[in-house]
Amino acid sequence: MPPGRRPDHNPGLPLAGPRAGPGTACHRAITLRRCVSYSLYARLARYGFRKHATYVAAALAGAFTNSVFGVLRAYILIALWQARPGLAGYDVTAAVTFCFVTQAFIGPMQLLSGGLTLPERIRTGDIALDLVRPAPLQLWLLAEDLGRAAYQLLVRGLPPMLAGAAVFGITAPRDPARWLGVLACVTAGVVVSFAWRYLVCLSVCWLADDRGVMVCSMLLTTLLSGMMVPLTLFPGALGEVVRALPWAAMAQAPADVYLGIASAGPALAFQAAWGAALLALGALATRAVRHRVVIQGG
Amino acid sequence: MVRTYALLAWTWTRAAMAYRASFVIMTVLGVFITATDVAVILVIFSHTTALAGFTRDEALFLYGSAGLSFTLCDMFVSNVDKVSQHIKAGTLDTMLIRPVSTWIQLAADRFALTRAGRVLQAAAVLGYALAVLDLDARRLWMVPVMLVTGTVIFAAVWTLGGAAQFLLTDAPEVINSFTYGGGQLTQYPLSVYGRDLVRGVTYVLPLAFVNWQPALYVLDRDDPFGTPGFVRFLGPVAAAVLALLAGLAWRQGIRHYRSTGS
Repeated sequence: MPPGRRPDHNPGLPLAGPRAGPGTACHRAITLRRCVSYSLYARLARYGFRKHATYVAAALAGAFTNSVFGVLRAYILIALWQARPGLAGYDVTAAVTFCFVTQAFIGPMQLLSGGLTLPERIRTGDIALDLVRPAPLQLWLLAEDLGRAAYQLLVRGLPPMLAGAAVFGITAPRDPARWLGVLACVTAGVVVSFAWRYLVCLSVCWLADDRGVMVCSMLLTTLLSGMMVPLTLFPGALGEVVRALPWAAMAQAPADVYLGIASAGPALAFQAAWGAALLALGALATRAVRHRVVIQGG
Repeated sequence: MVRTYALLAWTWTRAAMAYRASFVIMTVLGVFITATDVAVILVIFSHTTALAGFTRDEALFLYGSAGLSFTLCDMFVSNVDKVSQHIKAGTLDTMLIRPVSTWIQLAADRFALTRAGRVLQAAAVLGYALAVLDLDARRLWMVPVMLVTGTVIFAAVWTLGGAAQFLLTDAPEVINSFTYGGGQLTQYPLSVYGRDLVRGVTYVLPLAFVNWQPALYVLDRDDPFGTPGFVRFLGPVAAAVLALLAGLAWRQGIRHYRSTGS
């Protein structure tokens, strides 16, 4: 029996002592320390996976659409590579493979949509709830997002690859070590993509309408991630710049590792640098948001 | 019908105009969204002078003509593909009891004038292509015909997609393959694609008549797939047949829809 609890106290009622017993500040402080652990994040990732696994039909519909667009884009790339064999260091098969690999990334990396419910929660004020949860908001959402990405990699990632293999024939890494490298790069790509989307979503705190930023983000991501055309096709200095930007870490870098054109080490370093920078920025923005939420009263 | 549509569209426009800065930003961004497709075409043609036998300006003509039809439909009709959302939210029931055609109400729902930016962008590309291409003036009458044909075909595809959502309530994204996929397909000369795919979009889902077949006439080119010459003039027929089928499918969808009552 905790100290300060009267023997005749009804267990159904809150306790008299303000700093003792369940539901009080003292108790919360204890659970807070207990919960922040790897198991919490592992559990969040699992929940993220399960949450999205509910909508199988929607995911398969997305996979179908991604596959159809993959076929359409592949034909265009084939026509280009037939006119210019060996362009940008790819042969036709590599270009087609690149096309389907990037189509497979659309789901996990959320290349076409925000994929976070954060703006809605900020607008309704539910964000105040998220900020008092027993883990930092950013890491909480990152864990959930990794779970979501794992599910979408399976359900929205595999079908376009299979479609590509069936219609055109695509290459796959033979070496298991390279598969590990690919997996690491895909994970790193999801982290960069999350870090970017998180920043975009937090901007809603300063702007009344999030649609403008969302569309801007979508524009930048579709064009500069390598999803529409390989970034190696961008001419001269523009190409150099585009390949060094964070969006390249989302599709171009992991796809090049998959194709064996780039090795996993430098690609991972590039992705890690952008991931760390964007996550740090996001953490700073979260701090700013905390103050802002207090000012607005949630 | 047109008056009701205009009234509903104007209501949504007035609501959107309440946030003037957002309205302007979204319009401008709309231009940029479609401009990325042009950027891709330009990037591709910076590496080659011809793609599957067509020059950059010819490709831009195809892009502009299909784009204009597509963006017009995207603005005025595309919201009929929100059927599944309305079924899930229960708002379709409200529309069914109003004394206006459900199709009109759906098409006008959340009408966004901001999409006019995309229409203007496509029109600008078409204008550019018409100006730089040395076209035979006696063949230009086909350009307005193909724009109308294309608009009717895309509207019919969207309506078919909306009708299909009475069945595909849980997976509405499938129809994006045909609506937005159709938009993507018609941006490039169809000679880029495989023979079977082109047969499919000529004889099954007649997307080839949006711009490809009539453009072959306007540009005075031979069909790389050897389709007979008279097929180039069949666009209006194909559009009418598809529109008829779409109308029937839509009626079937509405007739067989059973509300959950919630």
